[in-house]
Amino acid sequence: MSLDTFRKETRAWLEANCPEAMRKPIRSEADICWGGKNWTFASQDQKVWFERMVEKGWTVPTWPTEYGGGGLSKEEAFVLKEEMKAIGARSPLDSFGIWMLGPALLKYGTHEQKLEHLPPIARGEIRWCQGYSEPGAGSDLVSLRTKGELKGDRYIVNGQKVWTSYADKSDWIFALVRTEPDAPKYSGISFLLIDMDQKGVSTKPIKLISGKSPFCETFFDDAEALTKNRLGEAGQGWEIAKYLLSHERAGIVSEAAFGGLNPVTAAHQSGEVEEDGRLSDPILRGDVARLTIDGLAFDATMRRVKEEADHGEGVGARASMLKYIGTELNKRRNELNMSALGYDGLLWEGEKESDGDPARSWLRSRANSIEGGTSEIQLNIVAKRVLDLPSA
Amino acid sequence: MSFVLTEDEQMLRDSARGFLAEASPVSALRKLRDAKDPVGFSRELWGQMAEMGWTGVLVSEDHGGVDMGYSAAGVILEEIGRTLTASPYLSTAVLGATAFNLAGTESQKSAWLPKIAAGETVIAFAIDEKARHAPEKIDTRAVADGNGFRLSGKKRYVVNAMGADVLIVAARTEDDRINLFLVDPEAEGVERTARRTVDSHVPADIVFDDVKLTGEAILSGAEDPEAAYRLLLDAGRACQAAELYGAALQAFDVTLDYIKGREQFGVSIATFQGLQHRAAHLYGELELTQSLVRRALTTLDTQPSQAPLWCAAAKAKATQVARLSAAEGIQMHGGVGMTDEYDIGLYYKRAQAAGEYLGDDAFGAGEVARLSGY
Ligand SMILES: Cc1cc2nc3c(=O)[nH]c(=O)nc-3n(C[C@H](O)[C@H](O)[C@H](O)COP(=O)(O)OP(=O)(O)OC[C@H]3O[C@@H](n4cnc5c(N)ncnc54)[C@H](O)[C@@H]3O)c2cc1C
Repeated sequence: MSLDTFRKETRAWLEANCPEAMRKPIRSEADICWGGKNWTFASQDQKVWFERMVEKGWTVPTWPTEYGGGGLSKEEAFVLKEEMKAIGARSPLDSFGIWMLGPALLKYGTHEQKLEHLPPIARGEIRWCQGYSEPGAGSDLVSLRTKGELKGDRYIVNGQKVWTSYADKSDWIFALVRTEPDAPKYSGISFLLIDMDQKGVSTKPIKLISGKSPFCETFFDDAEALTKNRLGEAGQGWEIAKYLLSHERAGIVSEAAFGGLNPVTAAHQSGEVEEDGRLSDPILRGDVARLTIDGLAFDATMRRVKEEADHGEGVGARASMLKYIGTELNKRRNELNMSALGYDGLLWEGEKESDGDPARSWLRSRANSIEGGTSEIQLNIVAKRVLDLPSA
Repeated sequence: MSFVLTEDEQMLRDSARGFLAEASPVSALRKLRDAKDPVGFSRELWGQMAEMGWTGVLVSEDHGGVDMGYSAAGVILEEIGRTLTASPYLSTAVLGATAFNLAGTESQKSAWLPKIAAGETVIAFAIDEKARHAPEKIDTRAVADGNGFRLSGKKRYVVNAMGADVLIVAARTEDDRINLFLVDPEAEGVERTARRTVDSHVPADIVFDDVKLTGEAILSGAEDPEAAYRLLLDAGRACQAAELYGAALQAFDVTLDYIKGREQFGVSIATFQGLQHRAAHLYGELELTQSLVRRALTTLDTQPSQAPLWCAAAKAKATQVARLSAAEGIQMHGGVGMTDEYDIGLYYKRAQAAGEYLGDDAFGAGEVARLSGY
């Protein structure tokens, strides 16, 4: 099928199948569909949209159809994305399984592992969380201590993870575990897929400045992971983790770049605009314009990097540059939203469920430049791997 | 629309880079400066640029050009920016050719475009009358006089004017609209005063005192002359942004080389995180700039109606980042960064001057806000 035909058919299909309510911008976490064993849909429309997209394999358009994907080429997937963007269609399903584990499974998994784990991700049946960070291992992730001892056909896992996003709502966790205590730091880690529905795994929520508790401490107390659920070889975990991190970074960036409130809309909400549409405060207007410029530049850069990757130059360490720029930009946008809203932005609780959303989003955005590796770490990577600057 | 250069454009870039490094390294600008060159650029170099076809990139093949578009003009200007080459490229090959393409009559095109392509003429563009770029604030008047006009007014900082064979002047006609006029700089009533600027260029202030023009002097080929004028300025902005980007990139490269080589405390200063992070940040800003510049140029080539926003954004970003790149460059060079002997200061000066031209970053931000409707 030609791309043009594909575009036409996709447009028609979306027009017929995407419910009106799913064409509105995402306002808050509640609008996001995460899936999982215990998932309850926020609305009938969310459910309908989700089910129709699952059926097409379009929750993961480029994955092979045998693994629950849509089997689309990169170009077709891009067209789908553009057409969805054109009508403002929400993403039908978001998950760490799609953004992070999926790509790693596709690259490092055996056929059996793919068959077992990918379709449930595509269909939103199993929700995954990421067990990397530990109390003593954040930026210096490789110093992690959670250990896994091989006993027959399984690993016995003991230790603690921290900052595990949505651990209390997840069904499985992909975790970095030190399985080869005698090997050098970087080659002693394995990448294990662990079922959280077992006695040895427990979680405890941590409350954030945004007032929410999206993440947890996660404890492993003689938890078990079958060796068939080790991704890659024993000791290959660090390599896989890094591969996955590049996808995580891309995910955080595209999330940061899309949707949500922007300062112009915010100014309209708070009535801070003149009759001709100009923002009332000229200095704020200037700040917003500079943000617009950087936003245009960022979008264009994402496209350019993609295009260059298609021409064989690869994204490589430039993913760190994009993560750094995209997340700093998102923080700036949220700060300007708050300025444009003025007192209205300060609201924390009210009659409506959405009251307080801008403030929560603003507070949440501070995490963008911490999660998935801090801005400082991204700058280190750019300095060393892109600019080739020497290590101390 | 593509961000990646075509094969022809890549070849053009390689040859431009090689040629300018040879024929017009930064030392060439120093020479013009130290010799107090009266026009501030080399006519000989201009002829060589023409021989290589550069001056005809925006001229159609019918008129003797190579018709490669703004994307190619940007490739050349980026290299011009890298070497700080002083030349009338932007004012003649870009603004001049664009003015005729957009607003010239057929006979004006036939008369001037071949000359531009052949490098036989140097054009200077007289727009601004204030200290800051303000393309709508035009008080210069062209009053009808028989079949012709009488032109009066004052223009400031007209780039390349001292070496120009012809001036294109923005002036208001009696209907209060802005039109473009061809004016002989040697004509009676035209008085040019050279201004030596911080970047070692030699623009001129020009007074037009009741200058007599024929009816052929007005560029009257456009349906809407003001729309043509605006698009012309947009194209100029995108191309000036390309030059600024080139200068920013070179300032960055020079600085990286310097910090890799310089030792303090017994180690290369490039190992210090305080410098590494700023270098990495700058790298990101340069990448953003590159994307906007490419986007603006290709949009001019393929969807000119969409171009204004991209051109304004590109010029604003390139202005800001060129200044940042050179300023950070001076800082990272330490003391030698303040010396005339090192090139980094020349980049800082050029960034300021080229940044001001056709509107600085604040001007660009204002345009972006206006074009975005807020
Ligand atoms: C909202 C959110 C969700 C998260 N979700 C998950 C998850 O699902 N799973 C998971 O495993 N983890 C998750 N994380 C953890 C996250 O990856 C870590 O917080 C992050 O890597 C930073 O580690 P740290 O918090 O220990 O900070 P530290 O490493 O202690 O850093 C503290 C400060 O020191 C700086 N610093 C540290 N090392 C260097 C250096 N070499 N050079 C310069 N500066 C340095 C940092 O940039 C930072 O400013 C999440 C974090 C957040 C905020």
